Amino acid sequence: MSEAGGGEGTERAALRGDLQLVADLIDPRARVLDVGCGDGALLHYLESHKGVDARGVEISDVGVRTCVSNGLSVIQGNADTDLSDYPSNAFDYVILTQTLQTVHRPKTVLQQLMRIGDRAIVSFANFGYWRVRAYLMTRGRMPTTKAFGQPWYETANIHVCTFRDFEALCRMLGIAIRRRIAVDHQGRADAFLAVGPLANVFGEFGIFLLEKR
Amino acid sequence: MDQALHKSLDVQTITRFGKVVELGRDAPLTLDSGATLGPFHMAFQSYGELNSDRSNAVLACHTLTSDQHIAGTHPVTGMKGWWDMIVGPGRPLDTDRYFVICSNVLGGCMGTAGANQLDPRTGELFGTDFPVVTIADMVRAQAMLLDHLGIDKLFCAIGGSMGGMQVLEWAASYPERLFAAVPIACAARHSAQNIAFHEVGRQAIMSDPDWRQGSYLQQGTTPRRGLAVARMMAHITYLSEAALGRKFGRNLQDRFAITYGFDADFQVESYLRHQGQSFVDRFDANSYLYITKAMDYFDLATDHGGDLANAFAGTTTRFCLISFTSDWLFPTAESREIVHALNAAAANVSFVEIETDTGHDAFLLNVPAFHAALTGFLNGAATHRGSPCS
Repeated sequence: MSEAGGGEGTERAALRGDLQLVADLIDPRARVLDVGCGDGALLHYLESHKGVDARGVEISDVGVRTCVSNGLSVIQGNADTDLSDYPSNAFDYVILTQTLQTVHRPKTVLQQLMRIGDRAIVSFANFGYWRVRAYLMTRGRMPTTKAFGQPWYETANIHVCTFRDFEALCRMLGIAIRRRIAVDHQGRADAFLAVGPLANVFGEFGIFLLEKR
Repeated sequence: MDQALHKSLDVQTITRFGKVVELGRDAPLTLDSGATLGPFHMAFQSYGELNSDRSNAVLACHTLTSDQHIAGTHPVTGMKGWWDMIVGPGRPLDTDRYFVICSNVLGGCMGTAGANQLDPRTGELFGTDFPVVTIADMVRAQAMLLDHLGIDKLFCAIGGSMGGMQVLEWAASYPERLFAAVPIACAARHSAQNIAFHEVGRQAIMSDPDWRQGSYLQQGTTPRRGLAVARMMAHITYLSEAALGRKFGRNLQDRFAITYGFDADFQVESYLRHQGQSFVDRFDANSYLYITKAMDYFDLATDHGGDLANAFAGTTTRFCLISFTSDWLFPTAESREIVHALNAAAANVSFVEIETDTGHDAFLLNVPAFHAALTGFLNGAATHRGSPCS
């Protein structure tokens, strides 16, 4: 669930940097829920390096087993159905990395994140990235790029969006974007071309720190 | 430890029952039914050593038909204990780290007060004069045993099926005495279908003429047929269609063709008959009535104002729920309901569904993914506790 749809080998390296950027946004000893926590790499890092109260939700049984076997508090569940049980404001941060585009109701999930947590950190691959645009424009077919690694009939992404799409949704829901980190093709955060209005063109991945308005 | 325990706490050791203590002499146990019990006997086994600050105790809670003999050789059946795979040096419940206790439940038939035991007040068999008990009563009695042993707080309570119900009751009734809880293959309330299965079992026992209105021990009979049928039916619910098919298929028993009669043509028939017969040799029919009833009465949400989350409000216990894909007696949805309630209570909870085709009994079998998850959770819990267990 937490995979963006990329191939295993190349994707892993990009994801790690991505997770590090997420981890850097989190205060020590915070209460954190990672929705779509995969094998628990981020949770484990946060627990051991930042002393956070780390919890996770993961859809794949292999991921959950790995997490629980490593002593992490993770439940087998689904972002679409299992977030409504959590009480409001139960966490300081709710994290959704590379998962938003795979859920059935992204808007509802986003609202749930903001209800459960004081802040949310959402990361996803940008469909407005120039290589994605170029691929679609020149070939007329759904892009398969580094970030969108699998063909349309295989990918877990069912609600792809651009940075601007996401920002518009946040505005509509009254969610404040406190920080946006655009990661370029080489994994650099907020590199020269990926800041400001061109982020939606030159940012391949985005990490958004959200807060209730 | 054991020798000291015996001397200081007046524990008798009896081969069949393990260790036996007398509880409730000063203050009897008040049961959910309103009846009181005391003094009464409680039989238990322990494995490993209690550490100096008494922080490494694990209470393993047994199922409907198992008992306190978890590990090693069972004194009655000669078979391995029901969780020999889980409890022992280097195993998930590592007896080099943990002091593992398992007590025979209230209403059981292996030394703890129940229908086939003597009432210490009268010296007579309890029989069906024994009061009907609940899961909460069983847990209260266990808490009295821990008081007797000088253990304030458990590192963990763990158990499957009815054992899991006890763990949930522990978490709800004594949250401050429980650091971690592992309810496995269980539910927060017994479903209508499960009550129905139990009722068929009870009717099988009570319609056996040898049951004698429950006074068969006094009258020198045993409702063997009724108890065996109850066991045969229940045993099916512990397995799965896939497991039965894999183990027996439609294979014939010691014959090459069907016999057009009511003999056990099929291996599965023969297997069930054997299960029924061997069960009768080790279990008491009245005890079966009492314990199935206790499970049927279990409904943790109703006990807490109709909302299961209330049962766990403010809990600081670390939970790990485990279910099995092919368990149709306590399906994953039941565990998920508990997880939802724990989430609503903002509890620290892990939940993993293990893939296996072996049915409800999976937690008693060699299922490596289950053992790995259990070990990981316990190690993680020990780390968070601050490594009390050495």
